[in-house]
Amino acid sequence: MTLDLVPIGKSARIVAIDWSLLAGEEGQRLRALGIDQGAELAIAHRGVFGGGDPLAVTIGRMTVALRRSHARAMTVDMLA
Amino acid sequence: MRDPQVKRLNSAALVGNPNAGKSALFNALTGARQKIANYPGVTVERKAGRLALPSGEVVELTDLPGSYGLNPTSPDEEVTRKVILGEFPGEDAPDVLVVVLDASNLEQHLVFALEVIELGKPTVVALNMLDLAERDGLTIDPAALESELGVPVVPTVAVRRKGLAELAKAIAEAERREAEPPRGHEFPHERRLTAHAIATGAILAETAKHRLHARLDRLLLHPWLGPLILFALLFVVFQAVFAGATPFADALESVVAKLGDLVRAAMPPSLLRDLITEGVLSGVGSVVVFLPQIIILFFFILVMEATGYMARAAFLMDRMMAGVGLSGRSFIPLLSSFACAIPGIMATRSIADPRDRLTTILIAPLMTCSARLPVYAVIIAAFIPHRTVGPGIGLQGLVLFALYVAGIVGAMIVALVLRSSVTKGNASGFIMELPKYQLPAIKDLVLGLYQRAWIFLRRAGTIIFTVSVVLWLLLSFPRAMPGENQVDVSIAGRIANGLAVVVKPIGFNRDMALALIPAMAAREVAVSSLATTYAVSATDDTQAALKLGEQLKARWSLPTALAFLAWFVFAPQCLSTIAVARRETNGWKWPAFMLAYLFGLAYIFAGITYWSAVALGL
Repeated sequence: MTLDLVPIGKSARIVAIDWSLLAGEEGQRLRALGIDQGAELAIAHRGVFGGGDPLAVTIGRMTVALRRSHARAMTVDMLA
Repeated sequence: MRDPQVKRLNSAALVGNPNAGKSALFNALTGARQKIANYPGVTVERKAGRLALPSGEVVELTDLPGSYGLNPTSPDEEVTRKVILGEFPGEDAPDVLVVVLDASNLEQHLVFALEVIELGKPTVVALNMLDLAERDGLTIDPAALESELGVPVVPTVAVRRKGLAELAKAIAEAERREAEPPRGHEFPHERRLTAHAIATGAILAETAKHRLHARLDRLLLHPWLGPLILFALLFVVFQAVFAGATPFADALESVVAKLGDLVRAAMPPSLLRDLITEGVLSGVGSVVVFLPQIIILFFFILVMEATGYMARAAFLMDRMMAGVGLSGRSFIPLLSSFACAIPGIMATRSIADPRDRLTTILIAPLMTCSARLPVYAVIIAAFIPHRTVGPGIGLQGLVLFALYVAGIVGAMIVALVLRSSVTKGNASGFIMELPKYQLPAIKDLVLGLYQRAWIFLRRAGTIIFTVSVVLWLLLSFPRAMPGENQVDVSIAGRIANGLAVVVKPIGFNRDMALALIPAMAAREVAVSSLATTYAVSATDDTQAALKLGEQLKARWSLPTALAFLAWFVFAPQCLSTIAVARRETNGWKWPAFMLAYLFGLAYIFAGITYWSAVALGL
C-alpha cells in the first residue's frame, strides 16, 4: 500500500519510493528531511478538504508536512 | 587587509538546519547592534554582528540562511553554500564555522553537521536548545558527541544565555588550529546512517516523546477547529492593530501638533516657518503617528514566527492555496506582505518552484501592507462612524478587516488567472518541516520590533521627508496673488489638474489626484500629501490646525472616500516594491506587468465602488 492510505495515528516503514512521481527537487527535499527508503514514520494529521490533503507525518522527533501526491509515491509496510 | 604572517581571526558564521535556534543564538552572541543588509546581487538577507572573544578581540559573526545541506534546493541554501565554500563574490569565507544543532532533534541536524565537518574547515558545534531537549525527556552527553564528531561541542541555551562564553572561547581556539585536510566524503544516505549511530550513542536516556507538541498540534491542526482558530486569530490581530494603537497614535499626534504650535509661537511668519510646519511637520508627522499600528502588526507576525505557529498556518492554508495553484509555502511570504511587500517578496526565495514563486511575487502587493494602514486609518476614522455592530466588534475595525479580505480575495483570483495563463505549469508541491512549539523570547521579540520600527522611521526620515518637502515646494510656488487659492496656482496643482481628468470618472477630486503623484514613492505619503495640501490651502491658522480627518470630512463625499479606499487595495504605489520585484525576477518584464495589471484593477474597482455607492445614495 502507499503512504497516503495509512490512517491517522498509524506507523509505517517506507519500502520503496517511485522517484519519477516526484517533480524536480522534491525528492532531494524529502531526503534532506530523512524521508527515504527504510524510514519509519507515522501519520499525525490531515487536512480536511481534498481527501485529506496535505498530511503531516512524524519522523523521528520531527513533524513534516507533505502533499498526498508525494505520499502516493511511497510504498509502505504498516507497522504494528 | 589581512596580514598573511599573523593569522588572525576575522569572521565566523552560524550555519545549521532551519529551526535550530540559530537566530536566537545569533542575537544572544551579538546583542542589539546588528547590520542587516542584502548579499550583493541577490535578495538574501545578510545578518552580521560583532562577537567579542575572551581575548577582547572582536570578530564579525554572520548568521547564514538555514540549510538542510550543501546541495542547494533554494536560493537561500545556495547563498549558504557559496559563502561557506568561499565562492560568493565579494564575501570572504568565514574563518570559523559554527554548526548549530537542535539538541532535541539530534539525528536530523547531525546530517548537515557531518557534511560541514567533512569540509575540514575550523568548525565548532553549538548543541543548542538543550533545555527543550530536557523537557522532551532527552539526556545528551556532549562529550560523547565531541569525541565522535572530532570537533569541539558546546552545549548552549540561547534564550537563557547559557554556554555563550564557552562558545566564544571555542570559536577563538578553533581558529588557532590548522585547518585539517578535508575528510573522506560520505554519500548522503551513509551520512544519515552515521548521524543515526552518533545520535544513538550520544543520547543517554530518552523518555516520553514530545507530548505537548502533539497535543497542541491536535488542537491547532484540527481539521475544523484549526482553520477556525487561525481566522479568529487573524481577526483579533486586525482589531488590535486598529483599536489597540489608537491611544498611542493620539498621543503622538498631539506631540506633533504641539511641536507645530511651538514653532508658530517661536518664529515670525515666513516661508521657512511654513516649510517647517506645513511641509515637514504635517508631512512626516502624519506618517510617524502610524508607528504604533505597525509595531502591533509586526508584534503578532513575529510572535507567530517565533512560536512555530506560522508553519501550522501554512499547513492549514495549503489546501486553499492549492486551489489557486499555489502551496502553503506561499502563505508565509504573503502573510509577511501584510507588514510589507518587500520582505514578503524576499521571503519567496524559500519557494522551490519558479512559477509558484513568480506568481507569489506578482500577488504579494495585493496583501494589505502596513504602508496602506495610514491611508486606511485616516479615511476610516474620518468617514466610518465609531460604533459597535456586535459585542467587541467595532464598525471601523470591521471595515478595515473587509479591506484586508478584499486584497486577499483579489490576490487569490489573480493567482488563479495567472496560474492558468502566464505562469501555467505543473501543480506545485508542499514539503515543509513543522518546527516545535516554543515560547517566544521577549528579548528577540523586542529586538525584532526595534529593527522593524527603525526601518520604518528611517523611511519616514528620508523618503517621506524628502517627498514632503518637495511637495511643499511644488505647492507653494509660484506664490498666489491675493484672492487666488495657493494650491490652484501652484505647479503641483497644475500637474494634478491634468491627472484629475483621468481619475474624475472614478470619483476622485483634484486633491486626491495631487496626493497620488508623490504616493508613487510610498503609499503612506498619500496621507502626508493630503495633510500638506490642506495645510497650504488653509486660509488661516485655525483652519490649518484642524486635524486631517476633519479636513477630509468637510471636503470629500462618502462615495469618494470609499473609492479612494478601493483604489489603495490594488494600486501598486510603492517604488521599493517595484525595485525588489525587478531584482527578484531579473528584468523589467514582470514588474511592468505587475504595474499594469494592478493599476488596471485599482481603476476598475475604485470606479465600481464609487458608482455603486452613489447609486445606493450613500
